Amino acid sequence: MGRYIHKRFAYRTPPELSGAAARRYPVVIIGAGPVGLAAAIDLALHGVPVVVLDDSDRVSVGSRAICWAKRTLEIFDRLGIGERMVAKGVTWRVGRLFHGEREVYSFDLLPEAGHKMPAFINLQQYYVEEFLVERCADFPDLIDLRWNNRLVELERLDDGVIVSVETPEGAYRIEAGWLVACDGARSRTRTLLGLDFTGRVFEERFLIADVEMKADFPSERWFWFEPPFHSGESALLHKQPDDIYRIDLQLGWDADPEEEKKPERVIPRIRAIVGARPFELDWMSVYTFQCRRLDKFVHGRVIFAGDSAHIVSPFGARGGNGGIQDVDNLGWKLAAVVKGEAGAGLLASYDEERIFGADENIRHSARSTNFMTPKGGTERVFRRAVLDLAARHVFARRMVNSGRLSAPCSLAGLSLQTPAEVGGGVAPGQVCPDAPLLAPDGKNVFLLELLGQTFKWLALGQVAAPAGAGLPVVRIGEGGFADREGFARARLGWDVLYLVRPDQHVAARFLAPAAAEAVAALRRARGFAAAAEGVAA
Amino acid sequence: MTARLDPEHDGLAGRADDVYEALLVAHEGLSEAESAALNARLILLLLNALSDPEMALAAIATARDGKVG
Repeated sequence: MGRYIHKRFAYRTPPELSGAAARRYPVVIIGAGPVGLAAAIDLALHGVPVVVLDDSDRVSVGSRAICWAKRTLEIFDRLGIGERMVAKGVTWRVGRLFHGEREVYSFDLLPEAGHKMPAFINLQQYYVEEFLVERCADFPDLIDLRWNNRLVELERLDDGVIVSVETPEGAYRIEAGWLVACDGARSRTRTLLGLDFTGRVFEERFLIADVEMKADFPSERWFWFEPPFHSGESALLHKQPDDIYRIDLQLGWDADPEEEKKPERVIPRIRAIVGARPFELDWMSVYTFQCRRLDKFVHGRVIFAGDSAHIVSPFGARGGNGGIQDVDNLGWKLAAVVKGEAGAGLLASYDEERIFGADENIRHSARSTNFMTPKGGTERVFRRAVLDLAARHVFARRMVNSGRLSAPCSLAGLSLQTPAEVGGGVAPGQVCPDAPLLAPDGKNVFLLELLGQTFKWLALGQVAAPAGAGLPVVRIGEGGFADREGFARARLGWDVLYLVRPDQHVAARFLAPAAAEAVAALRRARGFAAAAEGVAA
Repeated sequence: MTARLDPEHDGLAGRADDVYEALLVAHEGLSEAESAALNARLILLLLNALSDPEMALAAIATARDGKVG
C-alpha cells in the first residue's frame, strides 16, 4: 500500500468566461473541503443546482480530520459514501490511557449490535474529500465544481449575493440567491463580511505528524499524560489506513513553531515513540487551539457552516464531525427555502440548532483542553489526584479528559420539535436510532437507509399513520418491515408513530395521533410558527 | 457501609465533567494558600455531608492509600 498520491483536479473555463449568457444560480458554495462538498451533494439530492468554488485544485494535504464518528458516518451514508469510508477506514474501539510509564486504564467502545455504522473510524481527510468529489460526479447537471476559482469580493443584495471570482484565465462575477461559506477556519467570506469569532484562544502548541511505517500496533487510540518519551504534557497516537500513523505532541506555548517543524527536532521525538523501526515523515504541522464561534451563522443570504462558523480544539473529534452535522441540518432546510416550501422559521432554526450543537462541541473541547493544559499549581494537583485515583476508581476515570468523543447532538426542546406525551421510545430532537430489518421482499436493510431526505412517518406496530399529509410511511410490523431481532422495538418502542425529519432527527412522537395534531407537528417542523399550530393556513 | 468507596461506585450520575469544571472554576484567581484553604473547607463540608463517620474515616484511609506510582 503506497502513500496517497494527490491528484490535481482540472481547471475548466467557467461558462461566464466562455461567452455564455449570465445566469443566476440558486446556491453558490465557497470551499470544496469535506463540508462544502457534502453540502453540494446534499443540495443535489434535493434537486437544487449548486456551483462550488475552490481556490485550490486538490484535496487536503495531510491527514487533518481523521476520526469520523458514527453519526457522521450515517450522514455520509445518506450522501452515498458511507460504505466506502468504512471499507477504507480503520475501525477502532479500544482506547488506552497512560500516565508516564503506567497504563491508567483502557476503554472499549463496545460495538453495539444492530447498527449499520461503527462507533468510529479513522480515515484521512484527503480520502473523504476524494470520495466526495467522485460522488459529486454522479450529479453532472446539478453540481458544478470549479477548481482554481477563488472568491475575491462579495456584494450582498437583499435577495442574494454577487460573487467576484478570480481564475487562471481572468476574473468574472456570478449572482446567486444564497451563498454557503464552507471556506474553513480562515474563511475569506467571513473576512469579507467583517465578522469575527468570539470565544477563547488556548495558549498551547501542538505538533501533528503523519508517519508512515510498518508496525504491529493494534487499531487503538493511545493517549499519554506526561509521556515518558517526550517532555511535553501529552501525546496521542492513532492508526490510519495505508500504514500511516497520526501523532500529536503537546509542545507548550513557548515553543517556536518554525523551530519545532525542523526535521532535526521532529525525527527524534517520533523515534522516541516508535522505537527502532524504520519510518518516513509524510506530513506535519504545528497548531494552536481555539474554541470560538460566530455569534450567528446566518447573515442575510450568506450562511456559514463548518470551521468558517466555529472552531474547536482537535481532541474529541468535533471539528470535521461538527461540520458534517451542520450540513445535515442545513441541506434540507436551504433546499426547502429555495423551492419556496419553507416556513419563515426554518432557516432561523439552523442558527438555533447548530449554535446549540457548536456550543456543546466548544464546551466539551474546552474542558478537554483545560484538563490537558493545567494552568497553575492547583489545577495540576487536581489532575494528578484524578489520574492517581483513576487507576482504581471508576468515578475518577470519568473525570480524566483526553477528549470526550463526539456523540450525536440532541435537539430536544428546540423550536421545530413538538414535545411528546409521556412514554418510552425516542424523544423528539434525538437522532432516530438504527436497527436491522427484513424488507417484505426478503432483503436485509437498516432502518436509517429507509429514513431521511424527506419527512417521513415511521410507524411501529398497529398505530395508524395520518392520511392527508402526503408523507411516505415506513412501517415496521405487520404489513411492513419485520423487526426479527427486536432491535427496533427495543430502541423505538411499539405501537408508536414518529415524524422523522429529512436529517433523521425525530420531530414528534405520538401514541395515538389525531390527524390534526400530526399535521400541526409537520407544519411546525417545516418552520411554520408553533403559534399557528392547528390553525388551517 | 463503605460501599460508596468501592472502586466501581460512580456517584456523580454522569456529571463528572460538570463537577470537575466547577472545582477548577472555584480555584480561579486564588493564591496557593487560598486554594489550600478552599480545599480544606471543601473537605470538611464533604465529610460532614456524608453523615457517616465510619465512611468518613474509610475515605480518609482510601485517599491516603490512593497515591500511585
